[in-house]
Amino acid sequence: MDFSELFKLSGLLGRFSPDGKCLASCVQYRLVVRDASSLQLLQLYTCLDQIQYIEWSSDSLFILCAMYKRGIVQVWSLEQPDWHCKIDEGSAGLVASCWSPDGRHILNTTEFHLRITVWSLCTKSVSYIKYPKACQQGIAFTKDGRYVAVAERRDCKDFVSLFVCSNWQLLRHFDTETQDLFGIEWAPNGCVLAVWDTCLEYKILLYSLDGRLLSTYQAYEWSLGIKSIAWSPSSQFLAIGSYDEKVRILNHVTWKKITEFDHPATIANTKTIVYKEVEKSPSVETERLSFPPTRALSSSIFSTQSKYDISQLPVSFQYIKPVADRANPKMGIGMLAFSPDNCFLATKNDNIPNAVWIWDIQKLKLFVVLEQLCAIQFFQWDPRQPRLAVCTGNSKVYLWSPAGCVSVQVPMEGDFQIVSLCWHPSGDSMALLSKDNFCVCYLEREEV
Amino acid sequence: MGDWKTVTVPVLSSDSKNIFQYTSEKKISPPSMNSQVLRLPLPSSKSMHNFFSAFCTEENIEQSISYLDRELTTLGFPSIYAECKGKELNLISIINCMNELLVLQHKNLRAQEEVEMQHLKLGSDMDHLQNCYAKLKEQLELSKREIIGLQERDRQLQSKNRNLHQLLKNEKDEVQKLQNIISSRATQYNHDMKRKEREYNKLKERLHQLVMNKKDKKIAMEVLNYVGRADGKRGAWRTDKTEARNEEEMYKVLLSDYEQRQKQLLLENAELKKVLQQMKKEIISLLPPQKQKPKERSEDGPVLSDLEEDIGELNKENMWELSCETVREQLTNSIRKQWRMLKNHVEKLDNQVSRVHSGALNDKDVISREDHELETEKLELEIQQCKEMIKTQQQLLQQQLMSPCDDDTTLLLQDCYLLEERERLQEEWRLFREQKKNFEKERRSFTEAAIRLGLERKAFEEDRGAWLKQQFLSMSTDYKMSADYKHSENVTTPSAFLGTSDQDNRLVNSTSRQRKPHWMLSGPISAEPCQTSQYISRNSSNAALKKSAGDSKPNQWEESDEEE
Repeated sequence: MDFSELFKLSGLLGRFSPDGKCLASCVQYRLVVRDASSLQLLQLYTCLDQIQYIEWSSDSLFILCAMYKRGIVQVWSLEQPDWHCKIDEGSAGLVASCWSPDGRHILNTTEFHLRITVWSLCTKSVSYIKYPKACQQGIAFTKDGRYVAVAERRDCKDFVSLFVCSNWQLLRHFDTETQDLFGIEWAPNGCVLAVWDTCLEYKILLYSLDGRLLSTYQAYEWSLGIKSIAWSPSSQFLAIGSYDEKVRILNHVTWKKITEFDHPATIANTKTIVYKEVEKSPSVETERLSFPPTRALSSSIFSTQSKYDISQLPVSFQYIKPVADRANPKMGIGMLAFSPDNCFLATKNDNIPNAVWIWDIQKLKLFVVLEQLCAIQFFQWDPRQPRLAVCTGNSKVYLWSPAGCVSVQVPMEGDFQIVSLCWHPSGDSMALLSKDNFCVCYLEREEV
Repeated sequence: MGDWKTVTVPVLSSDSKNIFQYTSEKKISPPSMNSQVLRLPLPSSKSMHNFFSAFCTEENIEQSISYLDRELTTLGFPSIYAECKGKELNLISIINCMNELLVLQHKNLRAQEEVEMQHLKLGSDMDHLQNCYAKLKEQLELSKREIIGLQERDRQLQSKNRNLHQLLKNEKDEVQKLQNIISSRATQYNHDMKRKEREYNKLKERLHQLVMNKKDKKIAMEVLNYVGRADGKRGAWRTDKTEARNEEEMYKVLLSDYEQRQKQLLLENAELKKVLQQMKKEIISLLPPQKQKPKERSEDGPVLSDLEEDIGELNKENMWELSCETVREQLTNSIRKQWRMLKNHVEKLDNQVSRVHSGALNDKDVISREDHELETEKLELEIQQCKEMIKTQQQLLQQQLMSPCDDDTTLLLQDCYLLEERERLQEEWRLFREQKKNFEKERRSFTEAAIRLGLERKAFEEDRGAWLKQQFLSMSTDYKMSADYKHSENVTTPSAFLGTSDQDNRLVNSTSRQRKPHWMLSGPISAEPCQTSQYISRNSSNAALKKSAGDSKPNQWEESDEEE
């Protein structure tokens, strides 16, 4: 495991290109493009304002930088550094911006969600989508990039419009039986669209590509409902995480619940492995990890080593009951992610903020629980294999795979609090992002 | 009679001595009447005297007698007075009466004893029953108290239950109420939200209009140059055709997805069906043969036959065509039935095993099981031995039957065996030939001897003839001439070795000795090796030379005979 040096970063905007060759990062108003393996500076672009959002185009040729305050989107080309493009929304304002799957159109959502403007980089045409829904996930592209689903709201009713991405023609337009649509997401096979309601109502609707309602699922009434959902990579399962600290899995054949995963504060099942992070007394000699020793020597004074111990069952976790009179309480299943081989599901129960729960999908049982010393900030699966990277806001990165788990101290001088991470598309490296810096961690093939 | 009774009762309950005294007293009183009665010794006790004097004294003899008579007659005894005699007493009848009274007394005593015994028994029974009764009463009391206690508890529990039910109902009502409140509040909020949203939309529309109206030149895209499309194609107009094409493509995508899923499901189905079929077969094979006990499983009998029919049917049909619901249902139902039967069977076996373990079986079964185990061990040993024997036999057989081109060592071994056999055979042949030669030799010697004998006889006859002739001719000649001749006979024998007259001499020898045993005949023959060999060599020298050194003499003889 090799670590690069620290580089400056702002706004947690560090992204690998889809083809894996480059890494784009933002420092205030500058966009820095580096080579992914050597981190050599390739390009440096300067934008007009502080960048709030960057996104690579699907063919890794362009990067868009959105500056919401100014309402400007600037697009940069990697092939031709001199090429520039600026989209100014003017008084309409800008709240969101994204690429279309073909990498030649940019969808800008104006302020107050007045409209979505589709700017084309190939032609002079502009398209408008009216009445977009002001929700978290209002635009969803299919994986193959053919269709886009846009959530709309007209006359206090929710609708979904399906457009063909190649010519932006409206394919279907149908209303949804939701009170207040919260999000939409396509299944990876591009044939089923999941539409779920606000947290005040537990309701998830499944629509076919041609607009037919396939199924509705409602687990219970009145209590706070769906918090997060995730499709399995094979589209076989739909995992729904809700505020009642449970994950319900629906199957794609009958769209009925096949199992429920509970996240209790105490685990007694002997088949589950619980890895507990414990601090080791800081010492230089007891290095169990194989990173170069020179850096470790310098950083060992400021950081404490930690390792994983297997806890004896039954285990109790630190359970936090949130304040009842606040909105959007920190409870329920906040994060859900399937592993790329469809074998594992990683979840986080916000009531137990220090634990990552890994479920075995083949057996539909709890497999592993990682209990950390600090609250989980972010986790992400390796895009190629069932390997989970977790960060908890300290300078350690944690990796879990079915072979075991390891806690790696990032050998940096000073404070490096990892808040987010981003895997390289090949799974060989990952970028560890903190508030002001980032570094790239290179993994060896045999690691973990 | 009244006096009698009042007197007898105390006597009965007290000791029998008094009774005896009393009876003796009865006996005594007649002797005072009659002198023929034996005198019994009087018991010396004052009560007796009292008794004696109580009833009959010297003054009231007559009255007591008449009283006695009356009493006896009323009791059914004959009168003690003599007939028609008035005051005279009939002794015989008195004695009879006494006897009868004694017998009656005995009987009464016995009855009394029995009654007393029964009385005692009844008394003890009564005590026992009283004890039981007392105990049962106690138990009854206890159980009554228990019942009361339990009833009380039951009542308490029921009241608690009722309270809990009530609480539950209250809670449910409250929950329902809260839900109603929530729903009403939710509808209210929704209504308010909708109102606010409409207002918001209106504002947005107004804003949009303002924004659009402003004709903000800033809302534009500045681009250095337009980029080509990702797929290289040019932009197309939106027409109905494109719309249709879009629809078509969308449906294609959907259809391909459904087809793929259906294929997967079919594959899964087929696999599962295969597994079910296999399971069914295995379950059937596991189940015990049920046809032996049709009466026990009358239900399962027809089921089994149905199952067999099903199996036959399903095996005949092609598996891929088993897609219709009825067949599928048949399969699953049949598997369920079989599984149930198997479960029952296993449960029964379990019960049996548990019974055995708990020792509920009687000794006979236990012993039989031990015996069974011993037997099985014995049988296993036997089997082992037999197997080993078979193995060794097989090995030997293999060794014997293995073809010669298999192994060098076996070849050598076989060669050795063959050589051994051959040598043995050769030995035997040799012996056989020897014997044959011996026999031939003997036969030849016999024939030779016979020929010689014939020749000698002929010669002898000739000689005899000649001698007779000579004799006749030389009748006149001396007697000593005949004696010389005899001597010359004897003398000539040793000198018969040389000269041409050997044969004749030999023949003469043989004739003279022909009566000797056979071996003697062969003896001199073999004792003359040199001349025989000379003889042979003279006649057939070639044959002798041909012979190898290792040959024995009989061979020479043989050959010589053959040559001749």
